[in-house]
Amino acid sequence: MGFQPVKFYQTGTYTVGNRLLSPDQRSVQAGESRSNSINSGHRACQGCGEALGARYAIDAAMAESHGQLIAVNATGCLEVFSTPYPESSWQVPWIHSVFGNAPAVATGIAAAMKVKGKTEVRVVAQGGDGGTTDIGFGCLSGMFERNDDVLYICYDNEAYMNTGVQRSSATPPSARTATTMPVGPEPGNAFGQGKNLPEIAMAHGIPYVATATVADLRDLEYKVRRAMKMHGARYIHIFVPCPLGWGTASNDTIRIARLARESGLFPVFEAEQGEVTSVLKIRRKITVEEYLMPQKRFAHLFGSHPHPEMVARIQDIADRNIRKYGLLDEEAA
Amino acid sequence: MIKPFAITLKPGTSLANLTGTWRTERPVYLDRLPPCNNACPSGENIQGWLYHAESGDYEQAWRLLTEENPFPAVMGRVCYHPCENQCNRGKLDSPVGINSVERFLGDEAIKRGWKFSVPQHSSGRKVLIVGAGPSGLSAAYHLARMGHSVEIQEAGPLAGGMMRFGIPKYRLPRDVLDAEVQRILDLGVRLKLNSKVANIAQSMQDFDAAFLAVGAHIAKRAYIPAGDAAHIIDAVSMLRSMEGKEKPMLGRRVVVYGGGNTAIDVARTARRLGATDSIIVYRRTREKMPAHDFEVEEALQEGVMIKWLSTIRQADEGQLTVEKMRLDDKGMPEPTGEFETMEADSLVLALGQDVDLSLLEGVSNLEVKNGIVQVSDNMMTGYPGLFAGGDMVISERNVTVAAGHGKKAARHIDAFLRGASYEPQSKHELADYGKLNTWYYSDADKTVRPMLDIIRRQTSFDEVQGGLNETNALFEARRCLSCGNCFECDNCYGVCPDNAVIKLGPGKRFKFNYDYCKGCGLCATECPCGAIKMVPEEI
Ligand SMILES: Cc1cc2nc3c(=O)[nH]c(=O)nc-3n(C[C@H](O)[C@H](O)[C@H](O)COP(=O)(O)OP(=O)(O)OC[C@H]3O[C@@H](n4cnc5c(N)ncnc54)[C@H](O)[C@@H]3O)c2cc1C
Ligand SMILES: Cc1ncc(C[n+]2csc(CCOP(=O)(O)OP(=O)(O)O)c2C)c(N)n1
Ligand code: SF4
Ligand code: SF4
Ligand code: SF4
Ligand SMILES: [Mg+2]
Repeated sequence: MGFQPVKFYQTGTYTVGNRLLSPDQRSVQAGESRSNSINSGHRACQGCGEALGARYAIDAAMAESHGQLIAVNATGCLEVFSTPYPESSWQVPWIHSVFGNAPAVATGIAAAMKVKGKTEVRVVAQGGDGGTTDIGFGCLSGMFERNDDVLYICYDNEAYMNTGVQRSSATPPSARTATTMPVGPEPGNAFGQGKNLPEIAMAHGIPYVATATVADLRDLEYKVRRAMKMHGARYIHIFVPCPLGWGTASNDTIRIARLARESGLFPVFEAEQGEVTSVLKIRRKITVEEYLMPQKRFAHLFGSHPHPEMVARIQDIADRNIRKYGLLDEEAA
Repeated sequence: MIKPFAITLKPGTSLANLTGTWRTERPVYLDRLPPCNNACPSGENIQGWLYHAESGDYEQAWRLLTEENPFPAVMGRVCYHPCENQCNRGKLDSPVGINSVERFLGDEAIKRGWKFSVPQHSSGRKVLIVGAGPSGLSAAYHLARMGHSVEIQEAGPLAGGMMRFGIPKYRLPRDVLDAEVQRILDLGVRLKLNSKVANIAQSMQDFDAAFLAVGAHIAKRAYIPAGDAAHIIDAVSMLRSMEGKEKPMLGRRVVVYGGGNTAIDVARTARRLGATDSIIVYRRTREKMPAHDFEVEEALQEGVMIKWLSTIRQADEGQLTVEKMRLDDKGMPEPTGEFETMEADSLVLALGQDVDLSLLEGVSNLEVKNGIVQVSDNMMTGYPGLFAGGDMVISERNVTVAAGHGKKAARHIDAFLRGASYEPQSKHELADYGKLNTWYYSDADKTVRPMLDIIRRQTSFDEVQGGLNETNALFEARRCLSCGNCFECDNCYGVCPDNAVIKLGPGKRFKFNYDYCKGCGLCATECPCGAIKMVPEEI
């Protein structure tokens, strides 16, 4: 079924809140009593998508677990901007160990809670795309395989941002990073490499896998809450634009995420036991250009020495996603 | 506090870190002027009353609406709704049906018997109003609510002016008009009917100020050589006689001369009176016709015929001589010398109206240009304390402008009575389409109002256009984008990565916490209605 949007009531469920909806139809973020898991004063850049995505997700998890939550964090921006020793923005029990072991730490905490009989306490682990798809991948795959009772959330900003924008296996083709410079005949990150972690997670046959973006709050909250209703290993992959690393305006973070989804480049779906059960349809289809152009990391594709053939290959990726996941409504197609 | 294991410094919260210092721009909340409000000749706060209608609070919506205009049920039928032409939603799909929601509120008020609140204090000042048309009645309403004692002297046997003696019943049922007039009188306004003011200087002696709103009732004439037996009448008298017992005798073939809305109303009325042929003769083309396109369309649907590019040269018994015209380079009609005759039992002239200024004789300092009394920005004539508005002053002639003049005059009269001057609030900056983030609005097409079936439109004076019911009025209200004015969608509160937006609770909107706001601008960009603006910090 997936998230069921409310279509009318002026702004329906497109906006964060809506005074015309009944209270039980409203979002966690609209509430004055949301837990604000990451409080003000954190040191994330202006307009940071990761700070926003993490608050959206953890607030929803807090709401669903009635505040009985422990959060584990891999190294990365989220950890560094929120918790420079000895101060922290976290308003939930929170632990950081090292870069690559967040899934294992979370597994341990879940086991400890079980031993102590604290069944109401739930565990969430979170990390950036580098921490998840690269260095933490082994621990994560193990956590999946053992079906440990942890919800793992990856905040995907498509590079190692905290150390200065290096390529990760989630960096998209042709993107400029500090380690994939826009030089040579095919500038930027290579085509045909990298990992699709949501699909890898699905291949583990775990109870729940979902993708989400910071532009689709209601869908994101629905997925976190749904995952929190389940037990075993669950995985949510959230698309979080990074103004600093992507060269986008700080006020454009949500718009860029929306464009990624509307172009088909970032498919938003959910899957149970390895099978896709719902997709978030494209509402107003756009070309990939519209998504790529506002980002400086793709500037070398346009301008005085453009690479239309590379743009076309990126469009192919989007089109394939649209076909594969059925992202277009019959009538909109 | 027990220090956590292996931690040597006291743990603290990031709240100690005032990230507001990073900011180079700050978001500020503002109310921008919605284009609909800007276009309403009565200055209605459309966005404001739609906001209440959206949540189903129709009474509150009606109360806010009538702060500016006491005639929603009338407006919802006869106003030409320039607001809708400017509505931002028109750029998205089609404009919000402002006028149809207005009518729904007006009808709801009549049905539920909502009344205006009677003023609590009395100023002891007396104002004379001449003419009980929309302009005079609107002025009376506003002045009465300000606590002044108001007397209307009206020449005719009933109140309403052209709303009663011009606009036909099939567009404005009289029980609707009566209800909205009565509600104004219930405020304590005295209405003296059959009391034509012959000399304003004399009549206003017992009053502290006067407002003239006598309209424009003298039919303009065109010189048409006519045989003795030709049956020629003017549109104003013909429509006026529709309100009496004796309906006008027009015959089976009626020709109407003119191209304005009045000509259309006459032709449609003639059709309903039984004319088999009701023909409008107009000297230019449809594009040049001053009548509104929708009215022309409705007339054509009812079987009214229009003879374009024609002038009437001669009228005889049962027959007219018509000359064909052509348009010159400037679009002005010029004669061709080609003539033809057409049968006609009667000819109705709908060529516009002039103002009867005889009551102004002997008033000093008056400035009259081309038969029009000049008023300054405050609606006052050259004679202190004598104000004027509506059809008799230079402006567009319609009910909404007239009601707007009445309101404006009332505010200036009130100031005049206190020896002060009324300064209107400066207008907010416009909430044009570019200020909106329309992503957030649901897709929803305009609701169409039901129309009476064509047979009844040709044979009866039943109202042609129906109203919305509760369900579709609510739907229509909720199509509003709330341009430029916060409607508490919580987007700013939600999208701030720094929790720097404080929610003040339902109806109280939000405020920024500048201690932590980094000035990223996400809230301003994602605000659907353009109610946040980024302004540079002084650095
Ligand atoms: C056929 C027709 C159809 C129209 N249709 C529309 C429409 O659909 N929508 C729209 O917006 N507008 C319409 N109009 C225009 C609209 O009716 C007028 O613009 C509006 O009524 C003007 O209001 P007013 O108060 O200035 O004058 P009026 O409505 O003309 O009222 C003036 C009043 O003053 C009284 N009066 C005059 N002289 C004296 C005196 N010496 N002493 C005392 N009383 C006096 C008159 O009897 C009258 O009651 C239409 C007009 C006509 C003729
Ligand atoms: C073992 C180890 N190697 C390298 C680092 C340095 N390091 C810290 S954060 C980071 C990048 C994090 O990238 P990602 O996981 O994508 O998170 P982001 O900062 O982008 O949110 C790196 C390389 C480290 N802390 N530990
Ligand atoms: S570098 Fe990117 S992910 Fe890191 S804090 Fe800045 S905006 Fe957020
Ligand atoms: S959308 Fe609403 S506020 Fe905006 S112009 Fe239209 S009616 Fe007015
Ligand atoms: S979203 Fe938050 S930090 Fe950004 S400008 Fe608005 S209030 Fe400031
Ligand atoms: Mg990253």
